[in-house]
Amino acid sequence: MSIVGTRVVRTEDPRLLTTGAQYLEDLRLPELQGAAYATFVRSPMAHARITGIDVSAALDEPGVVAVLTADDLDDIPESPPGREPLLAKDVVRFVGEPVAIVLTEEHYQGEDAAELVSVDYDELPAVVGVQQALTDETLLFPDKGTNVLSRGGAKEFDDEAFADCEVVVERTIVNQRVAAAPLEVRAAAARWADDRLTLWSSTQNVHGVRDELTGKLGLDKKAVRVIAPDVGGGFGAKIGADRETVVVGWAARRTGRPVRWVETRNENLMAMSQGRAQLHTITIGGSRDGRVQAYRLDIVQDCGGYVRMGGMLPHLTMLMASGVYDLPRVETAFRSVVTNTTPIGAYRGAGRPEATAAIERAMDLFAAEIGMDAAEVRRRNFVAPDKFPFTTPTGATYDTGEYAKALDTVLEAAGYDELRAEQRRRRERDDPIQLGIGVSAYVEITGGGPDAGETARVSVHPDGTVTVWTGSSPHGQGHATAWAMLVQDELGIPMDRITVRHGDTDVLTEGVGTFGSRSLQIGGTAVRNAAVEIKERARELAAEEMEADPADLVLDLESGTWTVRGVPGRGVPWAQLAERAGPEGLSADTTFATDQSTFPFGAHVAVVEVDMETGRPRLVRHVSVDDAGPVVNPILAEGQRHGGIAQGAAQALFEEVSYDEYGNPVTATLLDYTFISAAELPSFELVPMETPTSVNPLGVKGIGEAGTIGSTPAVQSAVVDALGHLGVRHIDMPASPERVWTAINEARTAQ
Amino acid sequence: MIPPKFAYRRAGSAEEAVSLLAEYGDEAKILAGGHSLLPLMKLRLAQPEFLIDIGRVHELSYIRGEADHIAVGALTRYHDLEHSELLAAELPLLAHASGKVGDPQVRHRGTIGGSIAHGESASDVPAVVLALDGTLVVSGPSGVREIPSSEFFLGPFETVLEPDELLTEIRLPRPASPGWSFQKLTSRAIDWAIVAVAVQGSSVGLVNMGSTPLRATATERALADGASITDAAARAAEGTSPFADRNASPEYRKHLARVLVRRGLEEAAGRAG
Ligand SMILES: Cc1cc2nc3c(=O)[nH]c(=O)nc-3n(C[C@H](O)[C@H](O)[C@H](O)COP(=O)(O)OP(=O)(O)OC[C@H]3O[C@@H](n4cnc5c(N)ncnc54)[C@H](O)[C@@H]3O)c2cc1C
Repeated sequence: MSIVGTRVVRTEDPRLLTTGAQYLEDLRLPELQGAAYATFVRSPMAHARITGIDVSAALDEPGVVAVLTADDLDDIPESPPGREPLLAKDVVRFVGEPVAIVLTEEHYQGEDAAELVSVDYDELPAVVGVQQALTDETLLFPDKGTNVLSRGGAKEFDDEAFADCEVVVERTIVNQRVAAAPLEVRAAAARWADDRLTLWSSTQNVHGVRDELTGKLGLDKKAVRVIAPDVGGGFGAKIGADRETVVVGWAARRTGRPVRWVETRNENLMAMSQGRAQLHTITIGGSRDGRVQAYRLDIVQDCGGYVRMGGMLPHLTMLMASGVYDLPRVETAFRSVVTNTTPIGAYRGAGRPEATAAIERAMDLFAAEIGMDAAEVRRRNFVAPDKFPFTTPTGATYDTGEYAKALDTVLEAAGYDELRAEQRRRRERDDPIQLGIGVSAYVEITGGGPDAGETARVSVHPDGTVTVWTGSSPHGQGHATAWAMLVQDELGIPMDRITVRHGDTDVLTEGVGTFGSRSLQIGGTAVRNAAVEIKERARELAAEEMEADPADLVLDLESGTWTVRGVPGRGVPWAQLAERAGPEGLSADTTFATDQSTFPFGAHVAVVEVDMETGRPRLVRHVSVDDAGPVVNPILAEGQRHGGIAQGAAQALFEEVSYDEYGNPVTATLLDYTFISAAELPSFELVPMETPTSVNPLGVKGIGEAGTIGSTPAVQSAVVDALGHLGVRHIDMPASPERVWTAINEARTAQ
Repeated sequence: MIPPKFAYRRAGSAEEAVSLLAEYGDEAKILAGGHSLLPLMKLRLAQPEFLIDIGRVHELSYIRGEADHIAVGALTRYHDLEHSELLAAELPLLAHASGKVGDPQVRHRGTIGGSIAHGESASDVPAVVLALDGTLVVSGPSGVREIPSSEFFLGPFETVLEPDELLTEIRLPRPASPGWSFQKLTSRAIDWAIVAVAVQGSSVGLVNMGSTPLRATATERALADGASITDAAARAAEGTSPFADRNASPEYRKHLARVLVRRGLEEAAGRAG
């Protein structure tokens, strides 16, 4: 029986749970001996001109090795004007922006020394929030003449689109800014020796980090080696090299001394890329029988102080705007603005959750307006199963989907009719605890793209063990377990003899990494293909060994030996073939790439109880169907769904990065940035469903972000639905107790 | 997240702590459970030059039944309060409220004395002590003084405690009326109260309804005048001026105080039988 599809316990965990992981700060390598510790001097102002920096007092402090500022960056290519610099030079544009780097003998000396770096700031008015940015009264980049740094989509909206609609609903909604807040904060270490830079980085993609370092430091690709040790979470915000990481690499070369850096949680919540931060105006129109005829999504993306991914994210949001629905007319447009806040980057879903949140809110608003059940309205507008591959008005081509089936399955599992009956009973008796039921349906895009390949190397050694090198970059997902399962499945070599490694640009010189739910479908396929290649090589070798025709050789997957068809007796084991393969060994390098993306989909039902006196919502049930094709290991897939659902529910109920009017972050500690814990969550009810794709030989799609994408709108909708009988149609996220209480009050006053 | 330099002394006894306080004076801070002080130091919002650690002064950790009151040592941890059989029998309000502070880690470190001395109006136990008409016993260079809890809290992070004084004991009279309730509204389980309410009989303490822990005096007066629970609770926010913060506006806090006081009084009345 194939191991693929079975519940294999994560092979990573015994080490993680006993001796512990080796995160960046845990590294005790000879190469890093004598490293100086880096501490960044960060801007306390959201927007200011730097008029002078005096480092002399800091240099006198005990243990200080060096204090370096933008002026010292004279040995590397200048950063192009308007782009995010490595260290702020003339202007700072968000609180937490790095201005100088202090190197000390001991870690603890850094903060004292950093306090002594005296920076003179000439304060400028701060731009906080997209509305203020759009006024263009204060410009972050005066040369550009506007804070709107990019725009796209429809040049002008066509109001004719809605002319024939019986019902049109329009609403402006907020997809608030959230923080990735991985348990392991950002960290890097660097060493310059023999004209080469070695950089250890807590990252989701060593190759991307290397390429950024070579570009920004003006180094040859061969002169940079990037290594990722264990990585404690990233959620998209550890893609690539942040400016601090580049500066750490530069400082190691500049000072000739190894340098290591780990930020504090406080810095993490101020300076690591944050996510979402879109303002949506949604317009939806259709007929009273539940058919939607036109949908418009107008996006304003807050990029923060510099454009990291803020220019790109709205493109994904526009691409996925119409979601699971077959809508005759869809119009989208976006503007990306800069504000004096932390820059925005990728965050679990990166542009797609925003699309789903918008269209799902729109469907709810439309359903409420025509007085139809939210699930029924969705059903009437789904893309039908016989329409795949389906190209949307915004240009996405969905591979496979069974949207109605996903919805019906989740409704059934949730006991939707009984939930509605219970809701009616509570409404009738004016229960102080009302019930809300939120339904969402989603489709998202994962995997492929023009240069979206992945590399793998599988080597069978003469001792019968296997090493798998993957260009994917696990940071919690469990690739080591899944990749070993795939290899065992192909080669018949048991998993416990297979070691999976990643994260060293000197070993696999090319690769892409782990993000965008791409790993299994691209990286896993590359590993599988390498194993298939090895099998073909092995067949030849075994044929030589047994003096038979290669076509007659069969691999017995149970014993992991090669035999000649119809000839009884002992077969040739892998070890012998690896030996025979000679000095080059039995090894295959592959790259798998595909232009075609995959489109995982699903449906969620969230059940929320709202205390009508205090407004406090509580998520009491969450049921989901997340269909990402065949499941290689249910434990891993469920883990991704669990984390995703929790993170998505957190956005709906708790999380928001906020700033005061001066641009000071007020959520820069975990006391104030309220991420979710197990105590706030029910046990999730995960319903299986597997619709394969033909885009890759495994038939799989991505599962990493699905939970987040489906859960946010379901949970938000459930809170709103609990108050539906009062006429409440919308509450912005996070649905805090006070926001819910205010909505109840306003509705009661209006009645 | 690394505090500035400070000197550290560990006190072996309450007496030694008091003499160290006298020696280092204004620049010194007592370190008890550290769960309020150390976060402030790591954010560099507090920068004491000397820390006097009383963490191992075991003589300050006790819960004793005395003739007319329960005596609690200042260093008693929430965990011990939560699980004390004596409190469960005689002062369940304090045991229960202690079990609602933070999470298990916080409750294993945080102390009742630290919570009171810190003087933060969002803390749970100070309002409980206030509702119970507790007395605070304080040692300083000039000896011991007893301060009624109603006179102890002055403002945000401000109490009548002098910099050279050590809080040693909390005395809580045995309540005349057995009904009690603790109502704490938080966003997440681990959060501090948006508002909390401590009820013992017809005494009502309020958490996070102003710059200090408070008594709901208008409610208490109404109850004394024979008002119904609903009517009395409707006056819970009178005389309070709660803060606005990320979690709540003053209006919302006032509303919560009324709701939670009503629930608390109802639950306490139910428990009183
Ligand atoms: C994650 C987290 C969650 C929390 N949640 C809550 C919550 O929900 N509710 C709540 O009420 N609290 C909460 N707290 C605070 C916690 O209860 C603190 O431990 C408590 O408020 C202070 O007690 P401590 O012993 O830790 O005091 P410390 O931090 O050691 O000291 C606090 C202050 O009191 C002074 N001090 C301490 N003991 C004495 C003494 N005997 N005499 C004179 N001065 C003294 C110190 O000098 C210092 O100024 C939380 C804390 C954390 C870290």
